[in-house]
Amino acid sequence: MQLLKSCTATVTALTFAAILTAAPGGGTVTGKVTYTGTPAKPKPIDMAKEPSCAKQYTTPLMTENVVTGSGNTLEYVVVYISAGAPDESSAPSTAVTFDQKGCHYTPHVLAFQVNQDLKVTNSDQTSHNIHPLAKINREWNKSQPPGTPPISEKYDKPEFISVKCNIHPWMHGWFAVVKTSHYAVSDGSGEFKLPNLPPGKYTLTAWHESYGTQTQEVTISGNETKSANFVFTAKPY
Amino acid sequence: MKSKLSNAFLAILLFGCFVDFPTVQAQEAQVGKLTGHAEQGKPLYRRYCIGCHGPRGDGAGENAPYIDPKPRNFTQATFKCRSTPTGTLPTDEDLYSSVGRGFDNSNMPSWAPLTDQERINLVAFIKTFSPRWKTDKAGTTINIPNEPPVTVQSIQHGHDLFQKLECWKCHGPEGRGDGPSAATLTDSNDQPIRPYNFAEGSRFKCGSTNQDIYRIFITGVDGTPMPSFADVIQPNDAWDLVHFLRTLQVNREGPERALLKSSGTKLQPIQTSSGGGR
Repeated sequence: MQLLKSCTATVTALTFAAILTAAPGGGTVTGKVTYTGTPAKPKPIDMAKEPSCAKQYTTPLMTENVVTGSGNTLEYVVVYISAGAPDESSAPSTAVTFDQKGCHYTPHVLAFQVNQDLKVTNSDQTSHNIHPLAKINREWNKSQPPGTPPISEKYDKPEFISVKCNIHPWMHGWFAVVKTSHYAVSDGSGEFKLPNLPPGKYTLTAWHESYGTQTQEVTISGNETKSANFVFTAKPY
Repeated sequence: MKSKLSNAFLAILLFGCFVDFPTVQAQEAQVGKLTGHAEQGKPLYRRYCIGCHGPRGDGAGENAPYIDPKPRNFTQATFKCRSTPTGTLPTDEDLYSSVGRGFDNSNMPSWAPLTDQERINLVAFIKTFSPRWKTDKAGTTINIPNEPPVTVQSIQHGHDLFQKLECWKCHGPEGRGDGPSAATLTDSNDQPIRPYNFAEGSRFKCGSTNQDIYRIFITGVDGTPMPSFADVIQPNDAWDLVHFLRTLQVNREGPERALLKSSGTKLQPIQTSSGGGR
């Protein structure tokens, strides 16, 4: 019996060691997000009411609720492991930054983890109010005049939170609060990459602010790279 | 005997089908020595509050379509008048004083005619509509330091802050609620909302004392465009702003306007053209 116990312990320890060593390598999911149909055209933003911002642009800034690339690719889609992720309870110690510059949020969609530090900075010469319209998390609304220190916050539940500035109604962005470190936001060519996935069966979710969510299952074994593409149906409005 | 019993049982079952209320959880509210009980607040709610706030507390009562601003949705647990920081739950006392005070410029009357015990029971019942009251604690009440004397210097500095913090973007250069951003403001439920018009001289929503105005800067008005300035202004700055805001109330004779008049002080008009407010 004693022997059996120590055997189990050893095996367990070995398994853990295997998982730990496998974690940094592991498999990868890559893919591309595209759309079918006709998406709404981005509209130019009129910043005449805020000259200190308007003068920073030679051509007007365009709305970002649908940003497309050549070959029908879709930017700002959050792709993340929604089920099966091994690291759902741990938040990284590094902070993410959401900047306000030229009366515009950078990045437009900021993904980060539950309980991860979020810093909101104001690089403008005008006051903003940062008003994330959380429904599951608590809704707060803070003023940030020019030259004031970053606002530090965190969220304790996963949620896609619409962020706005009431003073400059054209400003709009998103906080994508997810439970795992396995997330990515599709880039200008619609591409995303989720590296370091230990072997296992995962549910992959893609979220777009205007076109909703899609999921698919993906199974990773060893160090393989799997491809997973998402196709959203565009709406013309 | 047996059939009587089963009839009673059936009646209870049927009764359950027709009552569309969520079962009252044991929820309490405490203000000083007053303890409110949700189950005692429920009949009061059905009598006095249900018409606007609705059977589910979601603000969708039968009168709601005709009301602006819309009745509070208690399931969101977001409240305008708090003594606690932005994004936190109000204290029981905050809710209790809101029920007793009512909200000026809205359809919410003062419920002062009810007894203290009835009002605190209502507060306890309102807290059953959102699970947040089980999981979160009320925020820590903000500290309001003693008010410094009203001086010309204080009013002048408040004026400079009104310019610098860009309060005028919504509230307008004369506090008439007509700033450049006023027209596009919406609350958190996408309903159009007006910034407060100081010149109109009506009472403030969350109380009319100088302390009440001070508190608004620090807590913000959650669910509306009015943000919290807790991280960006010092207590003395907030008091100076209070003194300046009082001078915008042209229909109210207070010590601030009297002082401006007696000292012959003319404040510069708020500049709105520079765009940066610097």
